[in-house]
Amino acid sequence: MSTAAAPALPEAATAASTPTGLAAATRRQRRLAYWQAMPLGLVFLVFFLVPLALTLIVSFWEYNEYEIIPAFTLQNYADVFEGCLSGGDLCTTFRTYLSTLKFCLLGWAATLTIGFTVAYFVAFHVRSTAMQTVLFLICTIPFWTSNVIRMIAWVPLLGRNGLVNDTLMGLGLIRTPIEGLLYSDFSVVLAFIHLDTVFMIVPIFNSMMRIDRSLIEAATDAGATAWQTLWNVIVPLCKPGIAIGSIFVLTLIMGDFVTVGVMGGQQIASVGKVIQVQMAYLQFPAAAANAVVLLGAVMVLIGALTRLIDLRREL
Amino acid sequence: MTETKTPRLSRRTLLQGAGAAAGLAAGSGVITGFPAIIAAEPVTLRYLGTAVNQSGDIARKVKEDLGITIEYIPVVTDEVSKRVVTQPNSFDIVDSEYFSLKKLMPSGNLVGMDARRIKNADKITPVFTKGEVGGKKIGDQGTAPKKVFYLEGQNSTKFAASPTEWITLIPTTYNADTLGIRPDLIKRPITSWKELLNPEFKGKASILNIPSIGIMDAAMVVEATGDYTYPDKGNMTKAEIDRTMKVLIEAKRAGQFRAFWQDFNESVNLMASGETVIQSMWSPAVTKVRSQGVACTYQPLKEGYRAWATGFGLPKTLSGKKLDAAYDFINWFLSGWAGAYLNRQGYYSAVLETAKANMEPYEWAFWMEGKPAEKDIKAPDGTIMEKAGAVRDGGSFEQRMGAVACWNSVMDENTYMVRKWNEFIAA
Repeated sequence: MSTAAAPALPEAATAASTPTGLAAATRRQRRLAYWQAMPLGLVFLVFFLVPLALTLIVSFWEYNEYEIIPAFTLQNYADVFEGCLSGGDLCTTFRTYLSTLKFCLLGWAATLTIGFTVAYFVAFHVRSTAMQTVLFLICTIPFWTSNVIRMIAWVPLLGRNGLVNDTLMGLGLIRTPIEGLLYSDFSVVLAFIHLDTVFMIVPIFNSMMRIDRSLIEAATDAGATAWQTLWNVIVPLCKPGIAIGSIFVLTLIMGDFVTVGVMGGQQIASVGKVIQVQMAYLQFPAAAANAVVLLGAVMVLIGALTRLIDLRREL
Repeated sequence: MTETKTPRLSRRTLLQGAGAAAGLAAGSGVITGFPAIIAAEPVTLRYLGTAVNQSGDIARKVKEDLGITIEYIPVVTDEVSKRVVTQPNSFDIVDSEYFSLKKLMPSGNLVGMDARRIKNADKITPVFTKGEVGGKKIGDQGTAPKKVFYLEGQNSTKFAASPTEWITLIPTTYNADTLGIRPDLIKRPITSWKELLNPEFKGKASILNIPSIGIMDAAMVVEATGDYTYPDKGNMTKAEIDRTMKVLIEAKRAGQFRAFWQDFNESVNLMASGETVIQSMWSPAVTKVRSQGVACTYQPLKEGYRAWATGFGLPKTLSGKKLDAAYDFINWFLSGWAGAYLNRQGYYSAVLETAKANMEPYEWAFWMEGKPAEKDIKAPDGTIMEKAGAVRDGGSFEQRMGAVACWNSVMDENTYMVRKWNEFIAA
């Protein structure tokens, strides 16, 4: 078989037998792999890398009310961190990130606890696969309606004259309505839990299903209590699932501004909201600078997470 | 009489338009043998604006009268400006706020409109041309339309100080905004803007989360408390922005606000559910709360109103048949039917006399003269908006527009203001 004339086809690669032909075949195979990866690579390039590069470039441009001017200025970044080094009161940016981080932490802890418990129950306590599938599907029910509707549904429930307050007052437990139920940190976290828990359930459940059941039997045989088994066997083996779920939840909360806006009564700052306001006022370079800073912050967070768990090895 | 007169007028406009289009097409040599068919080919105008002004009824009526198809592109106010600046080829006619003009005109994407081609140009209410109502000067702080109504030349990006024949925007709707209140929950008269930050309404007040408008409402409050009088609330200095924001931040930290709202429905829900009892609001939102059977008043206040106005502008790239159609559409818009339609929703229209001719006398008396309704006042879709005997909040056109204190605006220190607003939200 003449290798020179052979096109880069898989059959040609597998057909090669001589050592030199083998090297050529490997090369061809590698080239083929690149060709196969190209469609996705192109999509990635055009819809991710190019816009990202543009955002980065624009973040150094100047702007006025109606145009953005190609230049190189650090003013946009200086504006983002205005007053952050002077000490005293926290600057807007730090305050905003702190608030966002707080939601990240609360949302993450809550979704992890609930997500892990639900996944554990479905994976280990439900015996039949059919039932597991049914329960798993039930977890996705909230996704049958839009994000915004799911949030707004909380409003009549939590409002000053909402169901919860009415019920509590009807039972005589409180005299005046609890104001903090709606348009507060509480309602924001509640909405995040409602919206994001499923992103925790799915990867953790997936990890749990891959755990070899004989390991659990072995732990029991070795005299471990249920808690010891959970902590020393199941949790370590679920680490990849927990990490993936955490990345989902954290990035969702970091970039969110709709939930914080609707549930926080627009009174709570979020980085996304700052960017949105700047975009609305045609301050694209300022918005780009904020976006770059946000991207950096998220990457640091993800970096720290992957330091804790080596995802590629675990998978 | 009037009912038969209007259609005939518009039909004539149609013929003129069609004739002009045919002539133009013939002149430019586009025609290849079927002039009549090409001339009669329906024109579609892509109408960029906010959903508030884009009614299906108007589009249907235009189609009927002029044969022009209106294709609405509904976006929010900020998006209108963004599109005009960044995608000027994506629309054929734009319905924009006057205050955006300071951003839009320097981009050179809009063109001055030829007043000679607008039949009712000289009948446009003096609110726009001179800043007067009933011969009386009204407040002109902020971007008052008269400051940005004329251009120095068709392609000029400079606003003219005195009337010229080049108009930036032909007014579609305008109104005077004030605070909405729940009289059933407040149970006492409200007469001043300062009540918005009155601790009595702690946790039950709201303002809108649109920086350039929210800060002006706050400025109305600051002036009402007597703390400070702004030379121009619509164009503050950095120090004035700081002062105003400080007041807002203190109120926010003290828990004065229940929530901020950003769109029409949010403001309706806050008020109707009783989450708030006093808030900045838009007139149709008050009407909507009332139509749910909840008491809500669009409270006139002694310091006056904050007004706004929107109007039609044309992109520079528009030419030929589409340009003619755009002028035909604008002429139709000013000829009465649309004006009456808008007046019946509580807005005001540009040419009052043609709108009056298209409204029942009792409707005109209620909406424009501030008189008690002789009969039930119905919305364009037939639902009852006000029962017989009701009086419009704030009274007549002259009382309401005459009491305007300032206009929605874009400040010179806009960038700084937006940054401070973000600081306020984060506080």
